[in-house]
Amino acid sequence: MMQLPEHPDWLWESAAPKRSYDVVIVGAGGHGLATAYYLARNHGITDVAVLERGWLAGGNMARNTTIIRSNYLWDESAGIYEHALKLWETLEEELDYPLLFSQRGVLNLAHSLQDVRDSVRRVEANRLNGVDAEWLDPRQVKEVCPIVNISQDVRYPVLGATFQPRAGIAKHDHVAWGFAKAAAALGVHFVENCEVTGLRVSNGRVTGVETTRGTIGAGRVALCAAGHTSVVAATAGIDLPLQSHPLQALVSELLEPVHPTVVMSNAVHVYVSQAHKGELVMGAGIDAANSYRQRGAFHIIERQMAAALELFPVFARAHVLRTWGGVVDVSPDASPIVGLSPVEGLYLNCGWGTGGFKATPGVGWCFAHTVAHDEPHPLTAPFSLDRFVTGALVDEHGAAAVAH
Amino acid sequence: MLLIPCPWCGPRDEAEFHYGGQAHVAYPQDPAALSDEQWARYLFFRDNPKGVFAERWSHSAGCRRWFNALRDTATNEIHAVYRVGEPKPVTS
Repeated sequence: MMQLPEHPDWLWESAAPKRSYDVVIVGAGGHGLATAYYLARNHGITDVAVLERGWLAGGNMARNTTIIRSNYLWDESAGIYEHALKLWETLEEELDYPLLFSQRGVLNLAHSLQDVRDSVRRVEANRLNGVDAEWLDPRQVKEVCPIVNISQDVRYPVLGATFQPRAGIAKHDHVAWGFAKAAAALGVHFVENCEVTGLRVSNGRVTGVETTRGTIGAGRVALCAAGHTSVVAATAGIDLPLQSHPLQALVSELLEPVHPTVVMSNAVHVYVSQAHKGELVMGAGIDAANSYRQRGAFHIIERQMAAALELFPVFARAHVLRTWGGVVDVSPDASPIVGLSPVEGLYLNCGWGTGGFKATPGVGWCFAHTVAHDEPHPLTAPFSLDRFVTGALVDEHGAAAVAH
Repeated sequence: MLLIPCPWCGPRDEAEFHYGGQAHVAYPQDPAALSDEQWARYLFFRDNPKGVFAERWSHSAGCRRWFNALRDTATNEIHAVYRVGEPKPVTS
């Protein structure tokens, strides 16, 4: 009879919950794990539990297309996303774990005169913020990514692209495991199969959480629940300007290396890279109708494939291996909501919509600061909930890259 | 793909429709009288329930008319559709 190999060493222990913790983090996705790690590493706060309704990193962390970049338009966005990218650049050494972080660059294609104007403006804005960015004409696009079709006779011709050479991809599972391993070594608990069903609030201050594994007391509670943030926050009477939508992605079978970079297109709603293993990884725009179902409609995938085939004729005979969806929480200005909440001791990290993965280390760093000091980190201060009242929106619909 | 029963045309594929978000959000009677908080609520805040949601759809590739639906966002089951101006049906 065949012997199965022994299970490798566990990177973290799935803990039984204690009665209470200094800090409870809701959601063991990338943001929750990174927040836990930096709470322990930067602030010495180690009495921390990360509660997860499923298994560690099994939500959007397992479903995203792993693109990392910092080429957003506004100064506020450049601050947080570039902080994240700088952390990504040393994260493998920091966590002592291989993340397959690959700075292969990202092309954001322009298909219309307005796209060209917006893109050139964004390149200049990026440069002023110290973010690497170039404007490439179609011939230069072809040099960076030879398989892109730059024929001008197609429905949406490539008129040029922005290029951020320091952008890239990482292996999402490894990122989660790296943070979990490092945080566990510092004493953080991970409690899986533990759904938070309610927030306990007394005299305007959070005191703990109700879960499917009983009540857990908490001095502070940090929400990293992505698409389900509205549901959790509502239990404390907090309304948030979020709408939850399915966002779909898919992979092809394993192919020889053909695609050297990351290509994104706002206009035709597709973004493509090739994973280290060889699958083509593609993402679509959101499904328009609100839903908490982790699957979307097939016509979205069909349109996404049509767009991908026009851009990359070489994909014509590739096969779709699988498609899936995750639930993303979309904010009105395509920027996140990070900071204090109307309830004392309860902190918000949500509204990352379709683009939270790239921010993982950066927002973990800043959100840990917010939780530790009960004040927004300077880099996330512009992303407070009250911007929807003051009108100081950070409108990133142009740079967020997929339909919001 | 959803099969959406247009109240005029009957069941059609989701691809024929456009989504209009939450239904029954009335424009404020006197917008200038609202505080910044009230205006922000009207402009940016919409319900986001995991459960039954009253929402608008337009049958844009069919009769081109708007209507409302009650759909469960946890299951995508459509409980009812009704014409604009009709009261929200009570579902069990």
